[in-house]
Amino acid sequence: MVELWSGYAWPTIIIVLQIVAIIIPLLVGVAYLTYAERKVLAAMQLRQGPNMVGPFGLFQPLADGLKLFGKETVIPAGANRVVFVFAPMLTFLLSLIAWAVIPFSSTMVLANINVGVLYLFAISSLGVYGIIMAGWASNSKYAFLGGLRSAAQMVSYEVSIGFVIITVLLCVGSLNLSDVVLAQRTVWFAIPLFPMFVVFFISALAETNRAPFDLPEGESELVGGYNVEYSAMTFALFFLGEYANMILMSAMTSILFLGGWLPPFDIAPLNWIPGPIWFALKIALVLFMFLWVRATVPRYRYDQLMRLGWKVFLPFSLFWVILTAGVLVTFGWLP
Amino acid sequence: MAFLDRTARGFFLTELLSGLGLTFSYMFRPRVTLNYPFEKGPISPRFRGEHALRRYPNGEERCIACKLCEAVCPALAITIEAEPRDDGSRRTTRYDIDMTKCIYCGLCQEACPVDAIVEGPNFEFSTETREELFYNKDKLLENGDRWEAQLAANVAVDAPYR
Repeated sequence: MVELWSGYAWPTIIIVLQIVAIIIPLLVGVAYLTYAERKVLAAMQLRQGPNMVGPFGLFQPLADGLKLFGKETVIPAGANRVVFVFAPMLTFLLSLIAWAVIPFSSTMVLANINVGVLYLFAISSLGVYGIIMAGWASNSKYAFLGGLRSAAQMVSYEVSIGFVIITVLLCVGSLNLSDVVLAQRTVWFAIPLFPMFVVFFISALAETNRAPFDLPEGESELVGGYNVEYSAMTFALFFLGEYANMILMSAMTSILFLGGWLPPFDIAPLNWIPGPIWFALKIALVLFMFLWVRATVPRYRYDQLMRLGWKVFLPFSLFWVILTAGVLVTFGWLP
Repeated sequence: MAFLDRTARGFFLTELLSGLGLTFSYMFRPRVTLNYPFEKGPISPRFRGEHALRRYPNGEERCIACKLCEAVCPALAITIEAEPRDDGSRRTTRYDIDMTKCIYCGLCQEACPVDAIVEGPNFEFSTETREELFYNKDKLLENGDRWEAQLAANVAVDAPYR
């Protein structure tokens, strides 16, 4: 009995508490990301943004969430009910489980597995299933077209993301995310691998279906894309999943290129600030870039999107993989 | 050469970066949006908003029931009935404006010889029922009393151009 408690039950409780400690701030982050998005876009378009609910409109995300809770979930007559309801759950679930391997500091990580990068890559590739299922199960042309576009787009950009990750891994010599961060103690990879950083960032925009690559939900031509038929909580789950994915891709960007939880310079006032705060600041910076790009660039045409993915990014990142490998081997810098 | 130029521009994202710079500079400019219910834009003294029937400073109503406004109203929104009052002066017994018919053209206030019917600066008079928009004489006189200061000022400013 003691064995059961100390060997099984107690660790389970600890892990559940750790999961809650990751999920709750993440969901709050998602809520306030929507607020930040509306405020940043408003500022760049000389508008006010939400400012009515609470001071500076700070309770706006809560009001939006409450509204979605109170609405009715409409399931279209022609829809495949099971898949229709399962799709948003899957999207939401996948955007959350990826956080298991994200290191928040040298000690704070839920699962410090040594194939963390691979796990992240696998999870973010699975994300396309939720969207495809939503597009198909809705039994509506707009949703279907949105789902197809999304699938094609995410698969295309996954390839160049893969090559970018390979260049980073060549410089690190490990697939463990903590090792990736620790390898950047001298210099962040964003500096020596700057072109790859740009490619990764742009691919991350495409991967999360953000402007200028938001064709899957292109309001102007597809009404709302794969989530047209969704309402209330099913829609909210898609929305949360999408924004959690944005935060996840920003976390990946900051781990792979911006030195994760490390301070910019390992000197006195900077390294007093704890790691998770540096990590959060870097995520916020990348997220701001997401919003900034959305405020600046108009939507890509579909053929341009495919051209960029396959005819520019793929050869370019392939070239950089070879260049990086060549430089590392030539100078004997391999880790 | 043009090809090289274009490719280099593409690869160094020059146009993208200049665009990003522009949006970033806009972020720190003052907002142009008014916070409407709390802030309002300036309106002209000739603004044609909600109607009002004015009174003379001694409290006597200005309208003499000449029915010029009723005649000129292109939307047929005004209905007037009149008969002599006990003191012999001609006054309206009924002055109705159907605000759902009114097109706010301002012809009534231009037609009025005594500046009785005017369109005031108030544009926030939405109601929850249609019936509330059928204004009668009491409502119009009440409007006149409420907005008199501004109505008089507007008429005075506009007088030289009439």
